[in-house]
Amino acid sequence: MLSLAWLVPVFPLIGSIVTGFFGLRIGKDAVGKVACGSVALSFMTTLIILAGLVMLPEEHRIYEQVVFTWFASGDLVVDFGYQIDPLSMVMMMVVTGVGLIIHIYSIGYMHEEYSYYRFFAYMNLFMCSMLLLVMGNNFLLMFIGWEGVGMCSYFLIGYYFEKKSACDAGTKAFVVNRVGDFAFLLGIMYIFKEFKTIDFTSVFAAAPNTLIYGGEAVTLITLFLFIGATGKSAQIPLYTWLPDAMEGPTPVSALIHAATMVTAGVYMVARCNALFMLAPMSMMTVAFIGGGTAIFAATIGMAQNDIKRVLAYSTVSQIGYMFLACGVGAFTAGIFHLVTHAFFKACLFLGSGSVIHGLHGEQDIRKMGGLKKYQPVTYLTFLISTLAIAGIFPLSGFFSKDEILFHSLVDGNMILWGMGVSGAFITAFYMFRLVFLTFHGESRVDPHVHPHESPKVMTLPLVVLAGLAAAGGLLGIPLIKGAHLLHHWLEPVFSFDMKAALDASAQMMIKEGHHVPAWSHLLEKEEHGLAMEIGLMLLSLVIALSGITAAYFFYIKYPTLPDRIMQGQWGYELVKNKYQVDEFYDATIVNPAIEGSFFLWKTCDAQGVDGAVNGVAKTIAWFSDQARAFQSGFVRNYALFMVVGFIGFLIVVF
Amino acid sequence: MIPLSHYLVLSAMLFSIGVLGVLVRRNAIVVFMCVEIMLNAVNISLIGFDNYTDQVNGQIFSFMVMCVAAAEVSVGLAIVIALFRNKPTVNLDEFNLMRW
Repeated sequence: MLSLAWLVPVFPLIGSIVTGFFGLRIGKDAVGKVACGSVALSFMTTLIILAGLVMLPEEHRIYEQVVFTWFASGDLVVDFGYQIDPLSMVMMMVVTGVGLIIHIYSIGYMHEEYSYYRFFAYMNLFMCSMLLLVMGNNFLLMFIGWEGVGMCSYFLIGYYFEKKSACDAGTKAFVVNRVGDFAFLLGIMYIFKEFKTIDFTSVFAAAPNTLIYGGEAVTLITLFLFIGATGKSAQIPLYTWLPDAMEGPTPVSALIHAATMVTAGVYMVARCNALFMLAPMSMMTVAFIGGGTAIFAATIGMAQNDIKRVLAYSTVSQIGYMFLACGVGAFTAGIFHLVTHAFFKACLFLGSGSVIHGLHGEQDIRKMGGLKKYQPVTYLTFLISTLAIAGIFPLSGFFSKDEILFHSLVDGNMILWGMGVSGAFITAFYMFRLVFLTFHGESRVDPHVHPHESPKVMTLPLVVLAGLAAAGGLLGIPLIKGAHLLHHWLEPVFSFDMKAALDASAQMMIKEGHHVPAWSHLLEKEEHGLAMEIGLMLLSLVIALSGITAAYFFYIKYPTLPDRIMQGQWGYELVKNKYQVDEFYDATIVNPAIEGSFFLWKTCDAQGVDGAVNGVAKTIAWFSDQARAFQSGFVRNYALFMVVGFIGFLIVVF
Repeated sequence: MIPLSHYLVLSAMLFSIGVLGVLVRRNAIVVFMCVEIMLNAVNISLIGFDNYTDQVNGQIFSFMVMCVAAAEVSVGLAIVIALFRNKPTVNLDEFNLMRW
């Protein structure tokens, strides 16, 4: 059953080819059917593989399938192969499952579009790349998928290419991602230099015996990889592209910029846990960047007025939580939050799409309000997902976020925990601000627009996703032993033997004649009682509720209050203007780069290079002009030249 | 017996006259005749060498030259007539059609 793995990315690829090349000919209905059908086939194949993997004994739950050797050059042998293990299985389920739901939703949402087929061709291509990313058995194949999703993201952000802002957003996403991708590539090269292979299994197995704990090599490798992750997963300092990426159609935002692609960085860090665990400095960086992004993006989200932008900043912030978890070594918690986030954030985005659809393209929450009675299904699903993201018991977000907060305190420190908790408060606040402004209160909708509920093909996916967002937490109920399914499931991937790694490092250091530092304290694990965990749970619940209350107070009870107290406050302006980060980047990096490019273009290229080439041509032309005078057209002149030449010849010879 | 040098001097003088004629005269027909003089100068030197070495190759070759000259005359006069049809003159200074 596991040998079917190679089929999973093939279905969407076929779908993409069919819809892309024959889309106009086969008509809209057929395009929708082919696109969704291919993803559905993929999903079903994934289910079969899941069944196959479950049936294997726990310690053998890793399956590699080499389809062919891609290339071999010296030491570097790269297989085109898939690796099925519990981690990639989770990702495959999320990608194909959520992907399928969003594809179905898109049939309704994109129905009025002329280039319907183009949209689905890119979406299917994205699915194929994303599956390659999570299924690849080596770094390079992962990188191929990584680039593929980046490319599809670029295509889909710029889907409305008649709009300049959409084109610019696409370019921005592409260029910012390129920065991260370059670092990722450097990381892969460094890995090859150290290990002479880029296969996941061989690298991770050899890591403890090759790299010294906390050494320079492993720290650099992991930092490079993490910079790659910050690009793709929109973390500080490379997060600025994600809010702009909201120019794309809403299903794209749901699929690519919330549920799957942007979490690829988390997947990558989790996949490389064997490397990250060896680099405490990198782990600290990951945790602080994650925690910092979580709170930073959340504060920006408080003051945005575009419904999709609020969700975009929320996505950035939630991915920050995932990195925070990974950074303190709680990879399971990170992946758990990835899964639940995929559910509730996809639902939120699709819900916002339904609102936008119902209002004929209005995205400004100041022009919404009171939509509860026009769009009951959308409202209800949106509310469930919002409760989930705010972390209200017993919805999915509560369990996953609480686990992250717990680990950030236990395995991390107070600062990280503080970041997470204040982020949680702000999250609850801005998400409920969004709900209240959109669905509650007086209607501020343009009187010419008549809001209506979306068709079934759109509301049904919402209901399914809301159900998942509500129940997804059951994957990992923390307190009861054995009930944490996800933890148990992922254990083979994340079971890093710290003691063995430290011993191996110590031996290597002795061999090289270095002094071995005292590492014993690293192995000590504090035992935390149930009371602490329950206490933290209650605390985070209280914090979420207080955030919601604050939002209620500001936006339902006294709707005029926010304007009155916020107007003109420098703090509010700062947050509203997104901390001027874009302006800062424009001033320090983008504009100098553009000016530099202009210099290279106008001065170096147009004048220097072209000047040299044209100069040579002009000189030759000048000489030709001189030589042209010889050809007078008079026969007797030619005869004279002949005679002169002959006489000259005679003189030379004799 | 006339020595070889006499033939060669005559040949060289005729050839030089031919060359000068080609270079300085303007009338196409005269230029043409000068070309013929050059050919015949060559014929004289061929026959002189032939006589000097007691062979017949030179004589045979001079017949070749005559044949070529005859063919050349026919083509050349045709060209001159064609020129005259284009412009009512055979003055070569009027014709610079071979220019680039």
